[in-house]
Amino acid sequence: MNIALRIYILVFVLFLYAPTLLLPLFAFNDSSIIAFPLSGFTLEWFSALWQENGLQSAAVNSLIIATASSILATTLAMLASSASVRHDFPGKAPMMGIIMVPMFLPEIIIGVSLLTMLVLAGLPLSIYTIILGHTLICVPFCIAILRSSFQHLDPSMEEASLDLGETRATTFRRITLPLIVPGVVSSLLIAFTISLDEFVIAFFLSGTEPTLPVYIWSQLRFPKKTPIIMALGTVLLVVSVCLLSFSELVKRRNLRRLGLDHRPGV
Amino acid sequence: MNMNENTARGLSQISLPFLFTMLLLAAPIVLLFAMSFWTQDFLTIDHTLSLSNYKQAWSEPIYQTLMLRSLKISMIVTALTVCLAYPAAYYMSFVVPNHRKALWVFLITIPFWTSYLMRIYLWKVILGYNGVVNGSLIDLGLIAEPLEFILYNQLAVVVTLSHAWLPFAVLPIFVAMEKIDRSYLEAAQDLGDSAFWRFLRVTLPLSMTGVIAATLIVFVPTIGDYVTPKLVGGPDGLMIANMIELQFKKANNAPLGAALALSAMLLVAAVAAIFLWLNRRYLQTETRA
Amino acid sequence: MIKLEKIQKYYGQYHALRDISCDMVEGEFFSLLGPSGSGKTTLLRTIAGFEHPDSGDVSIDGQSMAKVPPNKRPTNMVFQSYAIFPHMNVAENVAYGLRSKAVNKTDQLKLVRDTLAKVDLAGYEDRAAHAMSGGQRQRVALARALILKPKVLLLDEPLSALDRKLREEMQSELRRLQRNLGITFVLVTHDQEEALTMSDRVAVMFEGRIAQVDTPETLYRRPASKRVAEFFGSMNVLPAKLIDKSIHGQTVGIDGLGHIEVPENQFPEIALESNLCAGVRPESMTILEEDDNTAEKQTDGVITDVEYRGEMTYYDVRFEGTEQLVCVSMRNTTARRIKQVGDAVRIGWGRDSVVLLVDQ
Repeated sequence: MNIALRIYILVFVLFLYAPTLLLPLFAFNDSSIIAFPLSGFTLEWFSALWQENGLQSAAVNSLIIATASSILATTLAMLASSASVRHDFPGKAPMMGIIMVPMFLPEIIIGVSLLTMLVLAGLPLSIYTIILGHTLICVPFCIAILRSSFQHLDPSMEEASLDLGETRATTFRRITLPLIVPGVVSSLLIAFTISLDEFVIAFFLSGTEPTLPVYIWSQLRFPKKTPIIMALGTVLLVVSVCLLSFSELVKRRNLRRLGLDHRPGV
Repeated sequence: MNMNENTARGLSQISLPFLFTMLLLAAPIVLLFAMSFWTQDFLTIDHTLSLSNYKQAWSEPIYQTLMLRSLKISMIVTALTVCLAYPAAYYMSFVVPNHRKALWVFLITIPFWTSYLMRIYLWKVILGYNGVVNGSLIDLGLIAEPLEFILYNQLAVVVTLSHAWLPFAVLPIFVAMEKIDRSYLEAAQDLGDSAFWRFLRVTLPLSMTGVIAATLIVFVPTIGDYVTPKLVGGPDGLMIANMIELQFKKANNAPLGAALALSAMLLVAAVAAIFLWLNRRYLQTETRA
Repeated sequence: MIKLEKIQKYYGQYHALRDISCDMVEGEFFSLLGPSGSGKTTLLRTIAGFEHPDSGDVSIDGQSMAKVPPNKRPTNMVFQSYAIFPHMNVAENVAYGLRSKAVNKTDQLKLVRDTLAKVDLAGYEDRAAHAMSGGQRQRVALARALILKPKVLLLDEPLSALDRKLREEMQSELRRLQRNLGITFVLVTHDQEEALTMSDRVAVMFEGRIAQVDTPETLYRRPASKRVAEFFGSMNVLPAKLIDKSIHGQTVGIDGLGHIEVPENQFPEIALESNLCAGVRPESMTILEEDDNTAEKQTDGVITDVEYRGEMTYYDVRFEGTEQLVCVSMRNTTARRIKQVGDAVRIGWGRDSVVLLVDQ
């Protein structure tokens, strides 16, 4: 039974990763047709990236949006997680439920409803509107991460700090923040990655300044651009994996430092 | 109500994220709802309330077809991913040693964090006429002509969506399995059950909450997927989200788009509710037995 | 030093503190003792400033603490979990409160070193906080609080997380520390032995109320009620009746043991023939040897059970006139023979063995 399971999981993981592994494969392939056999190694697609019109500005837009969204989402998530884990107040469950809803709605619903509101309100579509949309969908994920941080925070730590003479503000700076830093870093990185890759909402809410995914979308109909898209995809893949691995490492290192590790799934 | 410091602080903390969500989620959906009762003629919107959009959405064959097709595809994808995910989750929870579990969770979730758009596009590349699958099969001598039925249809949509949502299905099942107290299995063994029966009588029922969560987590978003049907669906594989986008953009009929969007959500909510209700009945008889 | 006046505290419908009034004297070791749910921790946190009374007042050194937040009170607290900051080492933890008092770095270092020496942790400055044992962490928590020279040190069940041997060591250490420093300690515990060992005075709390405040000896020997009596060690509680009373004293008849003259007019309002309880500690009675007639009172009984516990032996004795078995304990000296089940014995006791309680 175990052998069957092991074979299964091997095939499973291969199937899961196969498409993604094709990305770097064909990004370095010296052929404009995406097919086997491979033709040879080349870096021309990567250098072609630099010449692409609009790519760089789209990338910059994406970076700005991702940075702003991650900071905003993390801040809102910190407030919500703190309230949810450490305080009791009427309406807590329904309010938290509503805040978490964007994680369970199809992005198209969020996209068209935001579009509707902005158009009816007469507001222009821009980078700022995308930031708002991305923040909305990132907050639930950030809360999922930060809840754990706050749950592991001993409330008597903050009380001890107050007892020893600090104010609420300095207590937050000296005690609370350092102790939830792993969660905060994770949250920032996850939100950044989500925003960077997000397409549907950006597609509906971008004005004249497209994000990187929206730019990619516009290029997909050109078969000649395929290998260049592959190269771009590879870059994005490497960036995402690096960010996520970094996030994991930071999380583990901090947990070890605080003596909280040795628990699976933490 | 005793408004003590703890309560006051909690309320003040949650007020900002809650208001943010109300402003950016609740208010827009309310507006969407309102808009679905208006009508649009080219660029002018008529604010008189009317049910014509909903009549169109529910009675015209094209929209009916799309909604039913979206439902069908989503259900197939959900069933497929949950079934494929279950053994993987089982492996991660019961075979992988404790200190490696976090690593496996990380491994399984990485594909999810990479660009969704890219992954769908890659499937288009893989399944294409000159793509990887065809090329390999021809080279291996298994077929003479490239297969045409693997792309630009519902099959392609199902395959692509299933692949994309697998990690989402694995994790909730894994979490539920982790919660199963291993001493239950030891007790079952002590009482005479073989591995197969232990699985059937202890593990499977206790992991059902995870299965249900996975089902909902995959079902709801896939119905509203836009990118996959657009890239790999062809004319036959388009789903409701594509029609919604069409109405909002080229067709200039946002009210109809709104009605379609809300109708789709209603359908999803109804199916999800029925699913949960059926499960509550099923689970209740289990516990009673 | 600390004055608690008519403090009431509600959590929703739950009445946590009921009309608490109590004074704590400067320089005394004061304990709040009670079972869980008695309100003792709530009361401690009210003194610290983490809970606000719904009515009533806390004043320290004559100054009302009503508007004073916890970080400004002249109290410091040792928390039950110790709350040692895991991202700082020992020195940083101990020096934590000095920042808000604007103490400069060199002075901080000196103070830290001196305080760590006081709690027997000299040289531990650079140790990581989470690499310490439970007992060490407790001392860090103590040092961290004491370095700020508070007028009052509050301790929330500081010893409950330690194993028995360590607990006993720390009990004497805390006592010694308090005597050396001369400041007021207020300690919360559910362990009556702990309270008796360390304190100058103890307040016994049940269900949000203070049942009795007294020295350990008075609490043990002269408990004010049956409930307080049963909280400290084991006590035989026998039904009794007030048989006679005059200005010189009372005659009380105790079931099984007999009549006793009690000089104090302890229950002036109670009528004759009314029911009382007599509390008799097992160790305040003696099994008399054959020729020993020194006891004030003697009563015959039969031994029904023997429990040998090393240092002491506990006997269950049946007296005539009552179904209830009375527990009598005797220290196992080399001269004494351990009695057997069924032995007829004479039990010696006296006025001092008995404390009269209203049946509550």
